[in-house]
Amino acid sequence: MRGKSAFVTAAFVLLALFPLVAGDYGIDLATKIMIFAVFALSLELLVGATGLVCFGQAAFFGIGAYAAVLLSPADGAASLLWLLPACVAASALYALFVGALSLRTKGVYFIMVTLAFAQMAFYVVHDTPLGGGTDGIYLNAKPALGSLLDLDKPLLLYGFTLACLVATFGFLAVLLRSRFGRALAGIKVNEQRMRATGFSTYPYKLAAFVISGGLAGLAGFLFAVKDGFVNPELMSWHFSGAVLIMIILGGLGHLRGALIGAFAFALLQEFFKSEAIFGEFARHWTLGLGLTIIASVALLPNGLVGVPGQLRDRLAGRLTGSRSAQAGKPQ
Amino acid sequence: MSPSDVLLRGREITRRWGGLVAVDRVSLELRRGSVHAVIGTNGAGKSTLINILSGEIAPSAGQVELLGQDVTAWTQPRRARAGLGRSYQRNTIYPTFSVFENCRLAAQARTPKPWQWWQDAQRCEASTSAARAAATRAGLDTLLDRSAGLLSHGEKRQLEIAMCLATAPQVLLLDEPLAGMGAEETERMLALLAELRTGHAILLVEHDMDAVFRIADRITVMVNGAVIASDTPGAVRCSPEVRAAYLGDH
Repeated sequence: MRGKSAFVTAAFVLLALFPLVAGDYGIDLATKIMIFAVFALSLELLVGATGLVCFGQAAFFGIGAYAAVLLSPADGAASLLWLLPACVAASALYALFVGALSLRTKGVYFIMVTLAFAQMAFYVVHDTPLGGGTDGIYLNAKPALGSLLDLDKPLLLYGFTLACLVATFGFLAVLLRSRFGRALAGIKVNEQRMRATGFSTYPYKLAAFVISGGLAGLAGFLFAVKDGFVNPELMSWHFSGAVLIMIILGGLGHLRGALIGAFAFALLQEFFKSEAIFGEFARHWTLGLGLTIIASVALLPNGLVGVPGQLRDRLAGRLTGSRSAQAGKPQ
Repeated sequence: MSPSDVLLRGREITRRWGGLVAVDRVSLELRRGSVHAVIGTNGAGKSTLINILSGEIAPSAGQVELLGQDVTAWTQPRRARAGLGRSYQRNTIYPTFSVFENCRLAAQARTPKPWQWWQDAQRCEASTSAARAAATRAGLDTLLDRSAGLLSHGEKRQLEIAMCLATAPQVLLLDEPLAGMGAEETERMLALLAELRTGHAILLVEHDMDAVFRIADRITVMVNGAVIASDTPGAVRCSPEVRAAYLGDH
């Protein structure tokens, strides 16, 4: 328990110190990864904590991002004070609609229904003038908080993103140990038993779905602000799949798994895309990334979070193995 | 016995699956302070009956009354909150949680307060004390920190009962609580049931005939979904229909 919170605290401290040593590229990359981490945390609440495999999480991310662009006034910067809550609310609202309908289904049907709703949102921005079509749209001016916090400055955006990540992590950590969080854990393990015990499970699942959608919207908002640009790709099913892979890679059922997974996924992507290392072959980066992910899922059933435990078990197994071999020896 | 002692009443409960009548116009009354056993061969409709009474499936016809209220249209969680607890034939505990957390989560159904998202569930006084009391009553007080999946089969059955008790029910529907238990575990469970009889109305579906005839105050015998006898153990034992249909003449 102490080791886990020490790990997370250390990670956040390192992230806070990172700008001291990083250049522009490093800051930009780390900002992007932290946004992915918020996004991964939002999905972890559904998949890891509640056992609901949502395959349309990118829709909520995309709605947060598009809302940031579409709600910003044409002249001058919007205030962070209202734009951020508005973007989160827009995503949460769509999540309420999607969740209310899709949570009536289970298992593979739930996966497909959430995918269908995400594709619906995708085609709305892809094929209507509302979202600017395939080209996407630019953000006129990045939101600010008076003269205090101008998110146009990469370093300030980095700090703000880190604050959002820490707040999201802290919020979910508190939420998951509360009565609400424990009920979600029970639903994940055995929903029928929860109902027999007296829990109306549907409102619990819907609340989790809406919170998850809102947090994904927060990540989308940050992404739109960082890039100053949105396009339909943000809502594509590839992105929903990528974030699922992040949390699986990191290890389901642990908040820090989402954190580790987001970093591992993005860094692997950077690694295989690097022409300095792979030269011409870097064009086929998806192959290397895919093979690595297949290998890690096969070798690490509990994700990267489970690696220390796996090592410990192997070590303990070796120790008891040698001990029993000794015991078996004749005196 | 006054009529208010009837805590759960089923009236003419029927369930059809297509052409098959799984439960055929079954009526029964569970009274406070008594154990009402339902016996019958496999496929006689006993589990379907429990599922209908607890609200897991809806009856095709008939009525369920809980504490004098018609609850036929109520969902299962609502019936559970009103005082109807059930255990399952197969263990349906939360294997990855500790014994204590299994009980605490069950007790939490009484004080759900999901909007207090900042408060640690382990500090929820109502559910922690109810969980401890229920686990102690079921004889699990020394195993509170054990992961539920690591319990022995008998202990898991005890945990089923403890989780049921943690919700402070008035009516207990127990689906084969003795299934797969050894002689010693059976004795312990029967002692527990005898103790729970005070203050609860218990419906017991069970295959262990010795146990049923020892503990039940009333026995309902089902064959092919219908009741062929419902009487005291002594009368049921002597009933020629029951002997022919179920107990076997020996």
